[in-house]
Amino acid sequence: MSAADPVIRTEGITKNYVLGAETVHALRGVDLTVERNEYVAIMGPSGSGKSTFMNVIGCLDTPTSGKYWLNSQEVSVLTDDQLARIRNKEIGFVFQTFNLLPRATALHNVELPLIYAGVSQKERRERAAAMLERVRLEERMLHRPAELSGGQRQRVAIARALINNPAILLADEPTGNLDSQTGIEIMALFEELHAAGQTIVLVTHEHDIAEHARRTITLRDGVISSDVRRIAAVI
Amino acid sequence: MRIIEGVALALGMIRAQKLKSFFGVLGVIIGVMFLITVVSVVEGLNKYMEEDFAKAVFGLNTLTVQRQPSVSFESDPEYWRAMWRRPRLTLQDADAIEAGLSVPAIVGVASDGNGTIISEQGIEVSNVWLTAASAEFFTIRDYEIERGRLFTAPEDRMGVPVVVLGWDAANKAFGALDPLGRTVRINGAQFRVIGVLKKQGTLFGMSLDNQAIAPSRSVMSRSVNPRGYVDNILVRPNVDTDLEQARMDIEAVMRIRHQLRPGEDNDFAIDTAEDSLSFWQTIKRILLIAFPGLVSIALVVGGIVIMNIMLVSVTERTREIGLRKALGARRADIMWQMLVESATLSGLGAAIGIGIGLALAKLVEAVSPLPAAISPFWMAVATIMGVTVGVVAGFYPASRASRLDPVVALRQE
Repeated sequence: MSAADPVIRTEGITKNYVLGAETVHALRGVDLTVERNEYVAIMGPSGSGKSTFMNVIGCLDTPTSGKYWLNSQEVSVLTDDQLARIRNKEIGFVFQTFNLLPRATALHNVELPLIYAGVSQKERRERAAAMLERVRLEERMLHRPAELSGGQRQRVAIARALINNPAILLADEPTGNLDSQTGIEIMALFEELHAAGQTIVLVTHEHDIAEHARRTITLRDGVISSDVRRIAAVI
Repeated sequence: MRIIEGVALALGMIRAQKLKSFFGVLGVIIGVMFLITVVSVVEGLNKYMEEDFAKAVFGLNTLTVQRQPSVSFESDPEYWRAMWRRPRLTLQDADAIEAGLSVPAIVGVASDGNGTIISEQGIEVSNVWLTAASAEFFTIRDYEIERGRLFTAPEDRMGVPVVVLGWDAANKAFGALDPLGRTVRINGAQFRVIGVLKKQGTLFGMSLDNQAIAPSRSVMSRSVNPRGYVDNILVRPNVDTDLEQARMDIEAVMRIRHQLRPGEDNDFAIDTAEDSLSFWQTIKRILLIAFPGLVSIALVVGGIVIMNIMLVSVTERTREIGLRKALGARRADIMWQMLVESATLSGLGAAIGIGIGLALAKLVEAVSPLPAAISPFWMAVATIMGVTVGVVAGFYPASRASRLDPVVALRQE
């Protein structure tokens, strides 16, 4: 793998769901290439297939047909356990609803992917603490999610997503549950991460959030309807 | 994920849902509790039977010749009529046995009865265990004297009316007075007290010290048996390994005296403490095999409850499981987590059950004459049973959790 290889390359991805007697074609052939350190927003109205596409990119779901290479490795042929390993090492998820474990401290939430990576407890503690410092939550390490504000919770989730140094940060409506001011703070953090070299894929239906990205891809009826690149983001 | 983390996670889960967890493991708690209680009492009884009972009642390394075996579970009335038709043993039998033994041994006789003793002061002590015995009886039974002296072989031969009292009998009859040299009336006959035995304690709540022992040829014999008859002839070889030889010698002597033809059954019994304990060994084996069987029924019910609790838990935590999968948990990781949780839950139940069981066993010991013994082996068995129930019961819920589709699970509210 060389630095020039794309992080994500998909070829003719389709995904069909069978709902009763009907077959839903969620994706009808998506070809996409995302280079290293790109900042991409995927947009589209509901039913456009953007969530399905995100699940495929995030290796949570396997396509019905088509090929998907992540970091030059073809993942569309991997087994369940191999996919779990890819999700653990290569993908950092950030969800709209944060998805933190309510009974665990911020530190333990950030540690979680390292447990599945088989990292020793001592190293886990150190790395999780360092990551929480990076998202400026060093004061809140031992707080539980209920004791944190929405923005702080999302920063814990971002720290968790980055803990294994993933190839892509995959964010699904990361500001959807936040007020606009906090949303701006989170987008500033994404900007900072992008500047540090992180590849980011953002799924959103809000234009002003998508405008933070350098490239906007719009899905419509399971295919890419537009792919727009910008020189600089509007901050 | 390692086991300690899994257990810590499970304990957190249990702490968060104390009541639900408690009811979930109630079946396991009750099953284990009964197992531990019964086993503790059975083991306690066992220790008691082997160490105290056998020694106190039969004496160690001693052959007891009797008309009937000391323990029999026969319920056929014909069997018992045959038993009662058997000839009684006599003092002459004892002499013949002593003469016929080919190994060095002490031979004594003892006959038992029950009666009331009355002191000079008119104090009555009822239900005293009376024994008319030869002087060798004390040596055979390892009885030790607290004060005064035991009676001698010449005193026994002449039937001198002297008596050795047990500690309780002496205490009740004379209180603070010195019993030595005083007289007591036993079933109407006068005896001079020459000694008091050391305190021996109780057996199944019955005092071993409420007894009076007088020479076998003294007037005491009338209180226990018709003249000339004895209940037990005791033979204790000087060397323990001679026990079998002594048994054969006794059998030969007695068969000749009773004029039994070859092929005819013995019309007497030769018991050792071990023989008498064999009935107990049988009971113990049945208890220790049957009881865990009964307990496992309770554990199966407990396991079904745990399975339900875990299924509910999986449903409630669908989203968490989805998240864990998204973060890189493999099927085996989820499976392992749920199994450890289920095993921790039931293991904890087993631990509580052991605690309550031991407390109950101690309570039984305190309020009844039954002793209790804590058995580390059975505590380990109970723990393993408990954890096994958890693993078996957790298997189906765990496999369901591990097969959850992360996309669907994450969408769950």
